[in-house]
Amino acid sequence: MNKGNARLAVDIGGTFTDIVLDTGTGTFVSGKYLTTHAAPEKAVLAGIGDLIGKSGVKPEDIRLVVHGTTLATNALIERKGAKVALITTEGFRDSLEIAYEHRFEVSDLHMVRPAPLVPRNLRLEVKERLAADGSVLIALDEQSVRDLVPLLVAEEIEAVAVCFLHSYANGDHERRAGEILREALPDMRITLSHDICPEIREFERGSTACANAYVQPIMESYLQRLAQGVAAIGIPGHVMLMMSSGGLTSLEVACRQPIKLVESGPAGGAVLAAHIATTLGIDDAIAFDMGGTTAKLVLIDHGMPHHSRHLEVARAYRFLKGSGMPLRVPVIDLVEIGAGGGSLGHVDALGRVAVGPESAGSEPGPASYGRGGTKPAVTDADLILGRIDTASFAGGSIRLDMPAAEKALLDGVGSATGMDVRTSAIAIAEVVDENMANAARVHATDNGAELEGRTMIAFGGAAPMHAARIAQKLGIDKVIIPKGAGVGSAHGFLLAPVAYEAVRTRLVPLAGLDAITAGSILAEMRTEAENFVRLGAGKDAPLRQDVSVYMRYRGQGHEVAVSLPEGLLETEGQSGIRRLFEAEYHRHFGRIIPRMEIECLTWTLTVSAVAEIPVIAESTNAVAQPASPSGTQTMVDLAAMKDFEGAIFQRSGLSTGATLAGPAVIAEAETNTAVPLGFSATVDRWGNIVMQNQRDGQ
Amino acid sequence: MTTATRDIQLQVIWSRLIAAVEEQARSLIRAGFSTSTREAGDVSAGVFNVRGEMLAQAVTGTPGHINSMARSVRHFLTEYPIETMAEGDVFITNDPWKATGHLSDLSVVTPIYRAGKPVALFACTTHVVDIGGNGPSPESRDVYGEGLFIPIMKIAERGEMNEHLLKIVRANVKEPVQVEGDIFALVSCNEIGGRRLQKIMDEYGLEDLEETGKAILTRSHKAMMDAIAKLPRGTWRNHMRIDGYEAPIDLHAAVTVDEIGVHIDLDGTSPASRFGINCPMCYTEAYAAFGVKCLVAPSLPNNAATLGCITVTAPEDCIANASFPRPVVARSTIGMFLPDLVFGCFEQALDDFVPAESTGTLWNVRLGAAAHGQQRGFMVTTFHSGGAGARPRIDGLSATPFPSGIRNVPVEVTEAITSLVIWKKELRQDSGGAGRQRGGLGQTMVIGNRAEAPLTLYARYERVENPAKGRKGGLPGGLGRLTLGSGAKVKAKGIQIIPEHDRLVIDMPGGGGYGRAEERDPASVVEDVRLGYVTADNALNLYKVVVDGSGALDGEATALLRATG
Repeated sequence: MNKGNARLAVDIGGTFTDIVLDTGTGTFVSGKYLTTHAAPEKAVLAGIGDLIGKSGVKPEDIRLVVHGTTLATNALIERKGAKVALITTEGFRDSLEIAYEHRFEVSDLHMVRPAPLVPRNLRLEVKERLAADGSVLIALDEQSVRDLVPLLVAEEIEAVAVCFLHSYANGDHERRAGEILREALPDMRITLSHDICPEIREFERGSTACANAYVQPIMESYLQRLAQGVAAIGIPGHVMLMMSSGGLTSLEVACRQPIKLVESGPAGGAVLAAHIATTLGIDDAIAFDMGGTTAKLVLIDHGMPHHSRHLEVARAYRFLKGSGMPLRVPVIDLVEIGAGGGSLGHVDALGRVAVGPESAGSEPGPASYGRGGTKPAVTDADLILGRIDTASFAGGSIRLDMPAAEKALLDGVGSATGMDVRTSAIAIAEVVDENMANAARVHATDNGAELEGRTMIAFGGAAPMHAARIAQKLGIDKVIIPKGAGVGSAHGFLLAPVAYEAVRTRLVPLAGLDAITAGSILAEMRTEAENFVRLGAGKDAPLRQDVSVYMRYRGQGHEVAVSLPEGLLETEGQSGIRRLFEAEYHRHFGRIIPRMEIECLTWTLTVSAVAEIPVIAESTNAVAQPASPSGTQTMVDLAAMKDFEGAIFQRSGLSTGATLAGPAVIAEAETNTAVPLGFSATVDRWGNIVMQNQRDGQ
Repeated sequence: MTTATRDIQLQVIWSRLIAAVEEQARSLIRAGFSTSTREAGDVSAGVFNVRGEMLAQAVTGTPGHINSMARSVRHFLTEYPIETMAEGDVFITNDPWKATGHLSDLSVVTPIYRAGKPVALFACTTHVVDIGGNGPSPESRDVYGEGLFIPIMKIAERGEMNEHLLKIVRANVKEPVQVEGDIFALVSCNEIGGRRLQKIMDEYGLEDLEETGKAILTRSHKAMMDAIAKLPRGTWRNHMRIDGYEAPIDLHAAVTVDEIGVHIDLDGTSPASRFGINCPMCYTEAYAAFGVKCLVAPSLPNNAATLGCITVTAPEDCIANASFPRPVVARSTIGMFLPDLVFGCFEQALDDFVPAESTGTLWNVRLGAAAHGQQRGFMVTTFHSGGAGARPRIDGLSATPFPSGIRNVPVEVTEAITSLVIWKKELRQDSGGAGRQRGGLGQTMVIGNRAEAPLTLYARYERVENPAKGRKGGLPGGLGRLTLGSGAKVKAKGIQIIPEHDRLVIDMPGGGGYGRAEERDPASVVEDVRLGYVTADNALNLYKVVVDGSGALDGEATALLRATG
């Protein structure tokens, strides 16, 4: 029945490797395995073997392995990448080091910037120069490129990044330099900046190119070992990689542009949330993922996660924005906050309780884990507030130590503020929830979006405990905790389409834009994107195309993305685009600027193959029925700031249609869902928990 | 409600007010037009109680607005007492003495109402592309020549924009549409802040901000005074000489720490200049207070209470307290040296704590060219900087401003909007002051014009005659220098022509070193030589470190050299 139709999803995280096997018959088997850092494919291959054994699915019936990994991100954070040389336009080798010239923390006299990935002695210059319009001011001096070869050899360089000024407007010089290097060093890995990031701003483009070169050798060798291992098990299907954009790509593209794989885990979570939103007919959603050290938020409109072209990885100085490496690659637009179950509470100079960004991590972990942690973590506060069913925590494998949590809270927060244990716990939970709510608000403002009225979709170990309280703060009434929330990202991988986003910077005044100009820009991008997608999706797969133009008023430095419907320019011309831009601008800033010239700066064209959605078993006998609790415990309701005797339910014991009312806790092995006072919870046909705020008679 | 839960609620409301002004600032940056707004984040935004006391301010790249915008709201309230304001009114000014120090900054204030009663004011400031007059040049003899002066007045009345004022603005500036766009952005960002405040007050059932505001200010005051109490008591003096325009300028400060706070007196400071480098008191207060705060209590928020613990006085009409109608367009020339001036006082009080001097004033490139053939004329300011001073335990930041924190403008962006070609932008070897901790390096930029036309340079650079000094035996940073590619010297101040086909070479100064150079770890010196931050000659002569022909440390020779001096 599943003949040739099974699929595997593999998500390698910092601690665990999650694997989900879609048997192709509507059932899923999943497992969590400890990540084997030295050779990550070991855990993957062992885990696949384990699931094949458990499910009885034959290797030859697995036609696809979808894979996401944090390896590229970790290599950047831990600085464990390749020895890279950067080749730049003469006079500009320091651009990578000079960065933004700014101090990202204005009041901090001790601030330091991260060292560049390529040290100054390996940043090399050649004679060439383009102007901003792509015209040649100084032709490429080919000999000056050849002259660098002996140094690259002597320094045992493993990968080269080439970043010339204005290469986004004309890639000829970079391409020629690449060819010359390739002739001399046939095995050298070479990243051309206009290939990986054809966008204006030399530092950000150079940083992206260097990061790609830096992770390329390890990623390439890892991915090839993995593909061989998968083949050796007898799986005939190919391996596809999850990208930070939420799309899938082929092994070949991933080996060439591995930087596009960073943050693929969170992207998988966003894809899962988007799928749930589509299935349940939710137009406006927000995905909320909270793990051990960070929380992530993504806005989802009409089943599509918001996208962006910019992210910062490896924030090295107190997790501050600006202290990491900028990357300009297509990404799902997620805000990341240093707030997780392991985040530590403390008292600041103003006598206020503060939480994070320092985290207890997995070692020693929160004080209540009894592994030597002495500082109060968010999980310790959650325990004291009655949000955790201690009996079923981590499937019974960790016995939570309540006295240790109490002591940590008193020592870390209570003694400096005069608060008792319970109040200290309330303070930590309220502050961390408020931090996440504030991040969501600022992110919504940045995107001209409203949060009120959205539905929150929450997953990850710590999210279900905090989701409803954050929803209350944001004016959100409905919260969904998906089934299998603990391995949410891997589930998301199975829902992702094969996709590629082509990008171009072409400054065109709207007044000068016509169908021919736009057509010539887009035709080249379509070819590029389609070629990449065909590598993964097959010759005849139906394709979908989405075009966005990043537009602004002339003189502004920040653009708003305008989605361009096919054929609009032909039928309505400039006035149609103006209308869309003004609507979008108005949504962001509340007004438009009459008389102001409008210009188009960056163009993106995404081609995606239609995703194959696995069949998920759907229960048909949905009868609303009260659920029966497995016990009770004292729970603090944070909105009411009062104690209640609340019921504990086991998620495994809740059948479709089961309903219950807060305050309550729904326990499962990977997490606990806290249902606050005033919320109801039911289990829907797909096994999701749906919490609804009952205020005002809803 | 118990005291403890009220306390938690206060914290939540407080952090949400900070998030509200953060949203206010971000929307201003994104909708703004001038390069300083959008690339560099040169804006400020804050929320005030009805008496004009600042409760929260967004963290942005510009210390110069911190205290000045905070005080400006009181001037608005003096001109238009709160009971005369109405819902839907919005106020504006660019009065250098009542807002943020020069005409190019527009400040906008919006009262927020609940049930017909005023509960708060939102204020914001941004630097506009152009305000008319002589532009960025400090050549005017008075403020009248520096552009359009908008006294405190209504830009909107009961929701209706003041078309008369907008017409006057449009008629007076070179980029009317952009400046008007900035005004709209200012008005709309206050609305965003106001909307957020309404939601907070809805959720917590607040009728006004009295109790919340009082709690924020009481707590902040206590925390600031606790931090000040850790300082030794006394008075310390410092003097700094900077290049000046027509003559060198002496800046004097006496810092007094006592039981009521920190007081800075600038007695002895040079009189006002004939040129627009004079600094109004509001801007002096902002930077002097910033210098104290980042040393003493960097993590405390800026509000009326924390800033109120720092007071500043200066002689009437000295260059740091210029009177109306002195020209003030380039007031940052003075303002940005004040933190280092204050640091020099604290150095005597605090051991091993105070960084060496930095470049101070930004080394922004202001160039213009007339229209030529197909090429449209332009006038551009791009932000760049020399090196920052070494810290007691960390080297100084290269090509990074202090006290400003703003971002640069990418070379590709500058070239895309002008006909400029920047031929070189690289770190400047040996420009960081030698020391146990090395000062940050300056940078060199070489700039020409693609169009067949001369360029006009609007220069107002400092540290060309007086370097950033080191501390504890550290040496000064390298001096700044301006030349033509053809070799001729260019003056550091004033309007000058860069001839067609020639290039402007800008060597930016370095930061001062900290501690004696001979105490620097030889391995760090060798690394500096290997990376080209320091020449082998300077390693030998200043650091007393011998680097052999292969670039490795000659340990024996170094030990011998250091022992014999």
